[in-house]
Amino acid sequence: MTDAFGFAAAALSTQRRRTLLSLLGVTIGVAAVVLLTALGEGARGFVAAQFEGIGANVLAVAPGRVKTGGVPAFGHTTTDLSIADAVALRRALPHARAAAPLVVGVDEVAHGARARSAMLLGTTADMRTIRGLELASGAFLPEGDWDRGANVAVLGARTAAELFPGTSPLGAQVRVGDWRLRVVGVLRPRGLHMGADLDEAVFVPVATAMRMLDRRSLFRVLLMLRSPDELEAARATADRLLVERHGREDFTLITPDAIVAALQGILTVLTLALAGIAAISLCVAGVGIMNVMLVSVSERRAEIGLLKAVGAGRGQVVRLFLVEAALIAGAGGVLGAALGWALAGAVRGLFPQFPAEPPAWAVGAALSVSLLVGLAAGAWPARAAARLDPVAALARR
Amino acid sequence: MIRLVDVWRSYSLGGQELHALAGVTEDVLDGEHVAVMGPSGSGKSTLLNVIGLLDRPTRGRYELDGREVSDLDDAELSRVRRDRVGHVFQAYHLVARLDAQRNVELPMLFAGVPRAERHERARAALAEVGLAKRSGHRPSELSGGERQRVAIARATVLRPTVILADEPTGNLDRAAGQQVLELLERLNHGGTTLMVVTHDLDVARRARRVLILEDGRVVNRLAGHELKSLAEALAAKRVEP
Repeated sequence: MTDAFGFAAAALSTQRRRTLLSLLGVTIGVAAVVLLTALGEGARGFVAAQFEGIGANVLAVAPGRVKTGGVPAFGHTTTDLSIADAVALRRALPHARAAAPLVVGVDEVAHGARARSAMLLGTTADMRTIRGLELASGAFLPEGDWDRGANVAVLGARTAAELFPGTSPLGAQVRVGDWRLRVVGVLRPRGLHMGADLDEAVFVPVATAMRMLDRRSLFRVLLMLRSPDELEAARATADRLLVERHGREDFTLITPDAIVAALQGILTVLTLALAGIAAISLCVAGVGIMNVMLVSVSERRAEIGLLKAVGAGRGQVVRLFLVEAALIAGAGGVLGAALGWALAGAVRGLFPQFPAEPPAWAVGAALSVSLLVGLAAGAWPARAAARLDPVAALARR
Repeated sequence: MIRLVDVWRSYSLGGQELHALAGVTEDVLDGEHVAVMGPSGSGKSTLLNVIGLLDRPTRGRYELDGREVSDLDDAELSRVRRDRVGHVFQAYHLVARLDAQRNVELPMLFAGVPRAERHERARAALAEVGLAKRSGHRPSELSGGERQRVAIARATVLRPTVILADEPTGNLDRAAGQQVLELLERLNHGGTTLMVVTHDLDVARRARRVLILEDGRVVNRLAGHELKSLAEALAAKRVEP
């Protein structure tokens, strides 16, 4: 077999330009598969990282019931999810590490002549634990303020920097609509978190936020358990408690892993679809190989005739040409995998938060498919070579 | 021994049947040196191709060393061709990208001879044809005579019982042709059957026996030294064996 490889390699080296061009086709095809699956994996990793901030041990309660399952949409609310519900949930789950209600809105935040639009997050002190927030200065929201509603605010890093350039906002007042809030803390830069830019957020006590936004219902109650193993028991407890309080099941219990799993599922299908599209270019590369091999058979008729004259059987001739096709496909595949890997590395270098790592299965599949495409593309020319009449071939007829 | 019994090789062309060989019956004994002559289109090369198992008779019987070989399957035919027959062509048919050594190794490649043995035997075969020092040269770096000697080394490296040479000196000058003929005759003296298709009277006269073909038939047989001219041999037309 090594002899066949040597013979095939020597044959290919005599048609260097043609061989390189068809090899390039395979290289591009495999590189595309590797890169696109790496991007798909990157997207999955990115989404997973976004959800990691919440943790796999967080149970979210949302108002409203969505019959088809999944995340309840806005507008499906039937009964309010109140602060009292949140307090009751906290009491029913004494072993929970943290519990925080959440109200979300957008309003203009101003200080002096400076103003900007900001995301208003009404919550309690436990949100710091749940979201893993770090303070740059001052303190977070006051402990135990569930329904009193102090007029205080904690600013996200960018909001603080823009409203208070060069000075400390601690102790200063910001205006949110008609409300005046005293800044008690500033967060360290955090960036995007589940699609929301926490650097642009303003955290206020939940009761204050509900008054400011004129809301009667919470957006979520987040319950952080000690481990994901406690999720099922907590879910049952929360379910029982809220049914008892509301008289019916008009709420939805969400676990992040369910959301992540749903998103991961979508992204996996997307990745496979991208890989499939890229694989089409591999088939086109196969046509290129077939073309090169057919030309090669046509040009090497006398050689094929000679090989038969010196005793090569049909099977041996087929093998020689298949090895040539496999060499083009194999070399193109290896180069393509390396190129795809390098491009994915470049993407990771440019966007460090995007983990575009080519999955091993994709590299393996791309290499296998390229080899199969090469062999399939070589089959017809190899068969044509093997069927040549030696006398006619020697006479180049 | 080569035994042809009423061998025909026919082609269909434009709905018409043409006979390149039309009932050839001939025995060639082991170790014989036979020349085949005839006008163009008389069937000389077709005869050699059939004997060399590159072509199959349309009908008739062909026995090689006592075995019917005209109806073998492809794999067996290839094996017999490789083991029993060595071909020498007018155009040498060396693979241009391979050096002399690797050209000579080709039949052994398909015979599954291990690499080390292949190298050794190819070197010995090249030494036998006086090209030991040219083993690393490609065909384009060799003269016509040297190329034909490489082709002879390739044809003999598996020690076949029959060597078939189709115009082996056709592309060579007199000196190189002489060298090639001496080489072929040396192999014949060693016991290998030699059949040479030629237009050259001098080449044919060196054979023990000359077959004269016309229209696909053997129309005359004579000893090499009896050959004066093709025209005379054709005119004489003795068809009995």
